[in-house]
Amino acid sequence: MYNIAAVSFGELFLKGKNRGSFEQRLTDQIKYALKDFNGVTVYKDSGKVYVETKNHEDMDQIIERVRKIFGISNISPSVKTGKDVDAIIDKTLELFAYLLEKKDIKTFKVKTNRTDKTFPIKSMDFNALVGGKILEKFRSVKVDVHNPDVEIYIDIKKSCYISSERIKSLGGLPVGSNGRALLLLSGGIDSPVAGYMIAKRGVEIDALYFHTYPFTSERANEKVLKLKEKLEEYCGKMKLHSVNMLEVHKAIREFCREEETTILARRFMMRIAEKIAVENKMDMLITGESLGQVASQTMKSMVVIEEAIAMPVLKPLVGLDKTEIIKIAKEIGTYETSILPYDDCCSVFAPAHPLINPRLENIKRSESKLNIPDLIEKVLATREIM
Amino acid sequence: MLVYLDNSATTRVRNEVLKEIIDVNENYYGNPSSLHRMGLMAEKKIEEARKSAAKLIGAKAEEIYFTGGGTESNNIAIFGHLSNLNRDDSIITTKIEHPSVYNVFKHLEGKCRVKYLDTDENGKISIEELSALVDERTRLVSIMHVNNEIGTVQDINEIGAAIKDKNKNTRFHVDGVQSYGKIKIDVQKTPLDTMAFSSHKIHGPKGVGSLYIRHSIKLAPLVYGGGQERGMRSGTENTSGIIGFGKACDLLYEGFDREVKKLYDLKDLYMKRLKEEIDDIRFNNPRDGAPHIINVSFKNVPGEVLVHYLEGKDIYVSTGSACSSKARDNRILEAIKLGHEYREGAIRISLGYFNTFDEVEYVIDNIKQAVKDIRSITKRG
Repeated sequence: MYNIAAVSFGELFLKGKNRGSFEQRLTDQIKYALKDFNGVTVYKDSGKVYVETKNHEDMDQIIERVRKIFGISNISPSVKTGKDVDAIIDKTLELFAYLLEKKDIKTFKVKTNRTDKTFPIKSMDFNALVGGKILEKFRSVKVDVHNPDVEIYIDIKKSCYISSERIKSLGGLPVGSNGRALLLLSGGIDSPVAGYMIAKRGVEIDALYFHTYPFTSERANEKVLKLKEKLEEYCGKMKLHSVNMLEVHKAIREFCREEETTILARRFMMRIAEKIAVENKMDMLITGESLGQVASQTMKSMVVIEEAIAMPVLKPLVGLDKTEIIKIAKEIGTYETSILPYDDCCSVFAPAHPLINPRLENIKRSESKLNIPDLIEKVLATREIM
Repeated sequence: MLVYLDNSATTRVRNEVLKEIIDVNENYYGNPSSLHRMGLMAEKKIEEARKSAAKLIGAKAEEIYFTGGGTESNNIAIFGHLSNLNRDDSIITTKIEHPSVYNVFKHLEGKCRVKYLDTDENGKISIEELSALVDERTRLVSIMHVNNEIGTVQDINEIGAAIKDKNKNTRFHVDGVQSYGKIKIDVQKTPLDTMAFSSHKIHGPKGVGSLYIRHSIKLAPLVYGGGQERGMRSGTENTSGIIGFGKACDLLYEGFDREVKKLYDLKDLYMKRLKEEIDDIRFNNPRDGAPHIINVSFKNVPGEVLVHYLEGKDIYVSTGSACSSKARDNRILEAIKLGHEYREGAIRISLGYFNTFDEVEYVIDNIKQAVKDIRSITKRG
């Protein structure tokens, strides 16, 4: 039935002077999200973006993809016609018949929005005209202007768009409208959710993955790649940096105390992440930490870990319970991949009794036994970009 | 140098088999059920393959049914034997079966009495214990001939005799997937009823296997349809797979003694050299095990890590156990009561037709180096 989708932007940035560039960004993102579809055109018509397809059967899938783009408030599957009055009425009746088949409708209302003031019939009069035609053809329905079962919107612009439902989108801000940050992406449940939440606020993100091959499997890499692809449905194209932490773990094991392993390794990760972020002109890091979830996520540990770098670290999950995080992970579709069994860090390197109250002086004393710049360089030398 | 030592997982297809598969796809692609000559030609080829598969195990051609592989053969046999299952019936298997048998028995737990036999530290079951369990309600005993992880060989002749001695109506199924082509099998002389085989373990194509069903026995099929394979396995035949499988059987039949001797010699050499070169090592495969399986643990070396180290040198071995203590433990290594420090470190080296003596030193050198490297990391100072 539907041959076009009308995409409305979130309200937050509608008034800003950046509107033009935001609209352009969103249009580009919609085009990128729909690159696998044939016969799709994306264009603007007075304040909305329209996605037109020659293949009507693709419409559900198109909406599903577009719905995942941040900065969109809702999407209306619509029927596009010319501005000939009879054609509009015909198409409206056709749509109404289609809606009647799908659900039980007893009352309706017609609402015309005449952006094109050259259209010969005024909005109120047109509502009455079309409403009358509907009553004539479908004897079982009545008009109810206050609380109708279905509302028919007729939007008269450069073309005419007829629709009846608004599908709520994710909201947020268009990715890229709010700076760039680097996500520390593991294979777990939390970090993809953290990336999603920050991207939703308009941040363009790349990801960084730490592994310890051959102490971990190449399948763990594949898993992270899958998570990245899933995130790209929301965040647009991302770069995934992958580095091998084995040298750091070897050095820690040789020179430091076992229970400090996690804290020391995390401090190295922060330093490496900061380096990659700076090099890629990114201003912040993102982690999936949630306060108190594991040993390295106590408040004391967080303080000691972040002391290693100057760059701010965004932790959008810090106040969420695991169940809340899992709920979002399921909604955005990363959960199933996250729970695959391949660990990103071998248990060989996990201390039996990790510190939960690390002291900065002690950690620094341990680090003094390590050649930090040399180790960072060694890790960075293993970097692959996917 | 690429050295493939994971032949118990699957094997490389032999060139002669590959040629046959291509030939079938180019020239004999008719549906064997079709009335016309193209159909007949394909059917004849399949019947030749059936003879080849039968000859290898001393069966009659009409006792061989082609299937989609070892798992399918085991399922068809077990479910087939157990039609009209009663709650008081009992079925018996071992704790070290392949999942394609073990999980079928697990599935049947709610439907009848299911018993799992223990093994000794070599992976062998006790025939006395089995014999004591078999009674008039025992419908089926299913036991693997060769264990896929540690290579234990069960004496299926004696086991079959013991079962039939207690209850001649108890059916005996043998999973022969890992013994196929490694240990001489003569189904005429073995008191078993059904036996499952797989093509891709003997350098044939994947997706095809066979089930031997003794001529005096009738089984209920699992899948209904066009009635192919005399009703046991409906669905258009995997012609090229079956014919490739047949070719692999022929090649194996011709070179059987020579090939098996080579496997034993290779196995002995690998074990001797490993023992000479590496300390704190334990062999988990029994002395009298199958010719192609070495299961070895290196203390303080997680098997999974060693597998990844070796893949970096183009050497491919496998591990049944996982590096993480959170991950599932290894059922088979647990059954043979292997200590924890060794259970985590087990790898399996499994040999095949394509392996050569020239590979041995390259493999030993690299395992030695990898074990040294890994131990330097895992050893707490």
